[in-house]
Amino acid sequence: MKKSEKVVGTVANYVDERTGAAKWLKKNLNKVFPDHWSFMLGEIALYSFVILLLTGVFLTFWFDPSQREVLYNGSYEPLSGIKMSAAYASTLDISFDVRGGLLMRQIHHWAALLFMVAIVAHLMRVFFTGAFRKPREFNWILGIGLLTLGIVEGFLGYSLPDDLLSGTGIRIAEAIIQSIPVVGSYLAFFAFGGPFPGEAFIPRIFTVHVLLLPGIFLALITAHLMLVWYQKHTQYPGPGRTEKNVVGYPLMPVYMAKAGGFFFIVFGVTAFIAAVASINPIWLYGPYTPAQISAGSQPDWYMGWLDGLVRMAPPWESYIFGHTISWNILIPGLIVPGILFTAMALYPFIESWLTGDKREHHILDRPRNAPTRTAIGAMSLTFILVTLMTGGNDLLATHFSLTINQITWASRIGVFVLPPLAFVITKRLCLSLQRADRDLILHGRETGRLVRLPHGEFVEVHEPLSAEKAYTLASHEQIPALDLPLEDGAGVRRPKALRAKLRARMSAAVTEQIPKPTSEDLKEIEHH
Amino acid sequence: MRHLSKYRRHRFAGPMLLLFALFMIGTTYSVANATPKLSTNSFAKTTAIDEGRQIFLRGCSSCHGLNAEGGSIAPSLIGVGAASVDFQVGTGRMPMADMSQQAMRKKPLYTPEEVAALAVYVASLAPGPAIPTEAVVEYARDGNTAEGGELFRSNCAMCHNFAGQGGALSRGKYAPSLMDSTPVQIYEAMITGPQSMPVFSDKVVTPEEKLSIIKWIVSAQNEPNLGGASMGRTGPVSEGLLIWTLGIGLLIGISVWLATKAR
Repeated sequence: MKKSEKVVGTVANYVDERTGAAKWLKKNLNKVFPDHWSFMLGEIALYSFVILLLTGVFLTFWFDPSQREVLYNGSYEPLSGIKMSAAYASTLDISFDVRGGLLMRQIHHWAALLFMVAIVAHLMRVFFTGAFRKPREFNWILGIGLLTLGIVEGFLGYSLPDDLLSGTGIRIAEAIIQSIPVVGSYLAFFAFGGPFPGEAFIPRIFTVHVLLLPGIFLALITAHLMLVWYQKHTQYPGPGRTEKNVVGYPLMPVYMAKAGGFFFIVFGVTAFIAAVASINPIWLYGPYTPAQISAGSQPDWYMGWLDGLVRMAPPWESYIFGHTISWNILIPGLIVPGILFTAMALYPFIESWLTGDKREHHILDRPRNAPTRTAIGAMSLTFILVTLMTGGNDLLATHFSLTINQITWASRIGVFVLPPLAFVITKRLCLSLQRADRDLILHGRETGRLVRLPHGEFVEVHEPLSAEKAYTLASHEQIPALDLPLEDGAGVRRPKALRAKLRARMSAAVTEQIPKPTSEDLKEIEHH
Repeated sequence: MRHLSKYRRHRFAGPMLLLFALFMIGTTYSVANATPKLSTNSFAKTTAIDEGRQIFLRGCSSCHGLNAEGGSIAPSLIGVGAASVDFQVGTGRMPMADMSQQAMRKKPLYTPEEVAALAVYVASLAPGPAIPTEAVVEYARDGNTAEGGELFRSNCAMCHNFAGQGGALSRGKYAPSLMDSTPVQIYEAMITGPQSMPVFSDKVVTPEEKLSIIKWIVSAQNEPNLGGASMGRTGPVSEGLLIWTLGIGLLIGISVWLATKAR
């Protein structure tokens, strides 16, 4: 044994005798993780969060979260001598007078956009593969919480510099608060410490943005990861993969190296984009005053769908018992998002209620093998896409020579018509793909090789699938629809029969499948 | 017409008819009176007016009428002034390519001399805003960029966007980008209010303030891309598009590559 090894061994032994770390480390460093690119989407979110923490700390060194009025005397000539808030002036200073400040600001903002993109992409992966099923429902809800907080945290960050665009966003946030019936005006006064814009809001959201929400984020992300650790990672179906094992590589050394390296890749890509592409050029927007507004004021993309909902809402308002209820803000700003996020959080429970499936699942579904779930996902994405595009209606109008009025009506109709259409099309596509899988398993791969038989007939030679491939395509189980008795043995209608009937019908829709080939089918084929 | 004739015995029919007749007489008189008064100018001016009139008759009269009195599809040009002609024809907006919602900026159809002749002709019909001379538009000397920015954000940005990139209005109309506009054209637009744009009279925005706005727009036209590619200066939409394509695209590509290498 070399001398250096001896020293390391002695130190390790010293620590182990006092902490018992060796046993714990051995167990956890050998923990196995499956390998697939789609499992790295959540990692991208995690790493962009780390980038946000690092760059965010840098920005706090110079940012002055105050609405105190100052005269700008910095390097950016077109704004010199203009009255503005200290928050805006210090953001200009970070951009132009702090070394590396603009790059840091841009990395921070791009990382924020990437954080939300990665969360949504990760969410789609989890949804479409059914990774949210038992035992992972809590982690799904934690994820929905992180998504919601991410939207709020991003919006607050967008609001902090107090430029014309962010002020416009805060104004809309105030309008949404005010639209809450009866208590809205009081809540708005409470949040802003008086009438809009006041001097209290930016210092308050600064504390929330840099302290409160990051703290909650850290706690939730830790819980999210600990649950992944404890419940083990899901894996895609394949030979040798069961509900009881995890096929992959150990954490040490493979994943340590891969994950560590991937962090630097994410950081590198973010820094690259921040170095070549401008984001949130606050010096162009100018300082916020409530009297000014710019054409094409949009929120960041993760709020765009909300903005789109507000933009497409018809101007409905009612006056009841001395209170004005602004349905045009209340419905798109609070009610619809509330319904969406509640439905999203409850989805795992709704699905298991309809399938009657209460077992644990560690093998992921291929999206085509859960046609209704995939269709619901496509429907939701279509809804979000329609609303997101409406959020940019003025840019669509100018860049594609359309009229705002046409876009508004197209989106009002489209938001009701297109999602159900996407549902039907996706479900049919999934069932067709199941049929294709069935054909592939039964008849094998088409080789394109034509053979003439002795009696003159031409046939195409089919090559049977490998056993591994056939297993991967057919290993999933097809859950039958719930069979709920509507009458008891004596032919008397059960109480709650209506509910059972509804549930049975929905269950039949959810479990609609193309029967996968049975071993009898295979035998019969081989017999030919 | 039957709809109208219902009211022929209404007690206000007589006074209304009288008002209408007076209005028509007044309008006709002012149109008829305008031309001879201005043709008493010098010989050179008269030739320019004649030349402009010839161009007008060939290129504009089919919509604006033989005497520029306007029609069902085009407004009267009596009193719009030389500034309006210089702006509309000089930026290629007039003659219109088609009867769409709004005339768009395009390559001018007429030479600067022809535009000048047209302007003289239309100005001869009735007094209106004159083309601001270079001496008036001394924005570089008399304007203040920062103040101009404030004025721009208060008066112009709600349609033309924070960086003068233009924006959408209702029913397919739009506020155009200001990135190709010359200082004189911007001045003309402010004093004549072309298409959907309001007139910014000297009482609302003083001449000095107009020069400040122009100075700021010129600075916006020459604004360097301080933070990297500007992506159109239209706000967060293009940023969202970039992160959903290049950003996550690159990272997913790398993820696929990493997961493949491990096999």
